[in-house]
Amino acid sequence: MDKKSKKSEKILDAALLLFSKNGFYATTIPDIAKAMGMSVGNIYNYFSSKEKLAKEIIKYSSDILGEEIRKVNEQKLSSKEKIRAIVAVYFDMASTKPQHINYFLRVYLANKEVFKEGCEGMLCVSAFVTELMIFFEDGVAKGELRNQDFFSAFGLFMGYLGGFVFLNGEGVLNKDLNDYVDDIALNIYHALKLQ
Amino acid sequence: MPKIKSSIIWLQGLTCNGNSHSFLNYAHMERFATSFDILYHPLLLGDTSFEAILQSDVRVDFLILEGALSRDGDILQKFGYPFHKILDELSTRAKYIICAGSCASFGGIFRLKDETKISGALFNGKNKGGYWNEKTNVINIPGCPMHPAWLIDTLFLLQKEDKISLDEFLRPKEIFSYFTHHGCLRNEYFEWKVDSKQLGEKEGCLFYEYGCQGPMTHANCNKILWNGVGSKTRAGSPCLGCTEFDFPKVGLYETHTNMSLPQTPFGISKRAYYSLAGIAKSFKIDRLERKLIDENN
Repeated sequence: MDKKSKKSEKILDAALLLFSKNGFYATTIPDIAKAMGMSVGNIYNYFSSKEKLAKEIIKYSSDILGEEIRKVNEQKLSSKEKIRAIVAVYFDMASTKPQHINYFLRVYLANKEVFKEGCEGMLCVSAFVTELMIFFEDGVAKGELRNQDFFSAFGLFMGYLGGFVFLNGEGVLNKDLNDYVDDIALNIYHALKLQ
Repeated sequence: MPKIKSSIIWLQGLTCNGNSHSFLNYAHMERFATSFDILYHPLLLGDTSFEAILQSDVRVDFLILEGALSRDGDILQKFGYPFHKILDELSTRAKYIICAGSCASFGGIFRLKDETKISGALFNGKNKGGYWNEKTNVINIPGCPMHPAWLIDTLFLLQKEDKISLDEFLRPKEIFSYFTHHGCLRNEYFEWKVDSKQLGEKEGCLFYEYGCQGPMTHANCNKILWNGVGSKTRAGSPCLGCTEFDFPKVGLYETHTNMSLPQTPFGISKRAYYSLAGIAKSFKIDRLERKLIDENN
């Protein structure tokens, strides 16, 4: 990675932390510049606007999560085992790098007006959604998952995980997020498996 | 000195005559007739009876087989003989054996009746080992039916060059390296994932709802066209994959999906295809949603 790309990634990381914590509108480019120890003008050399930066961040997070799920997809596991591995990856990320999931839930989903041009449909979350497509298609092809509409399965899986991470963020869970992996993976498997 | 013509015997197994009809639709039959002599064809009157040919020791350049084959005399007989007696005799006298159509090549629809007894010449569906296990002079021209030019161009090539490049299913590469998808007028709709709303209309791609096999089917239908003017996809009907070893599949006019995801085009990974398809589907292209010819606009 060249020097400029490395710097861009550092800005993405810093902005991701601030956006996910304070929200899109409450975070300013000067806040990000301050966190980076850079001048405001120099930030604009890397990202021409706050909106552009926000769109790059959702792609960045989607790529990171997509890469983790890709590793699961490439293992020789049953669909049941893959579900557990994906839940574990997602909850691990929510625990160790919560900014990625929080950004998705609290910035990307909550401020669609920012993303409507440039992130149409699945455009900015394609890396992550593609891996889920591969997982679902493979599960049906192997006769382990019930054939159904993609979004009904996708919504069940990711809606459940996103909702649970949201509850965790609200501080209402009794146990550590990672302690729920087995139960939640089993619930998802039972809902999706070929009956 | 008169030109020496190549000789042909056309033999039918289990068949609907479709490949014979396709052959008879060849647009330049006079030119063909100056280079080839058909000693026997079941639909054409000839100078010599089949019985006389069988009893002679005449050799031929091309034995053309149409229809699925079987060694079972209860399933297939001709002229009072079990079919295998005829075919085993004539095959030894032929320089090339050409399988005209999918049934002779892979077994086709007849094979579905009994895969243990009915097959193509060298293939039983995808698997090697059909009527014969091994033969080095067989060429497959699959299709339901085959395009007449596929057969006749192959005959001319073999007559002139005496060699031909074949793929793993013994299909001439010159014809079957292409996909039906190549040259399809609906490619822009495929790129942007705009479905056809109904069969027969000019607009939309038939891959997502109507089971089009164009991106997975080796054939140059949309390059050379049928009767010089059209193809299934140009007429608003899906490609049915008739040149492939697994023809006919079940449910030819519907797209089979796993969790809404169709089979990916030949040689394209799922990751590559789903990524690109997901991105393309994120956009709505107004021009492609409209009728191609709109009388009100």
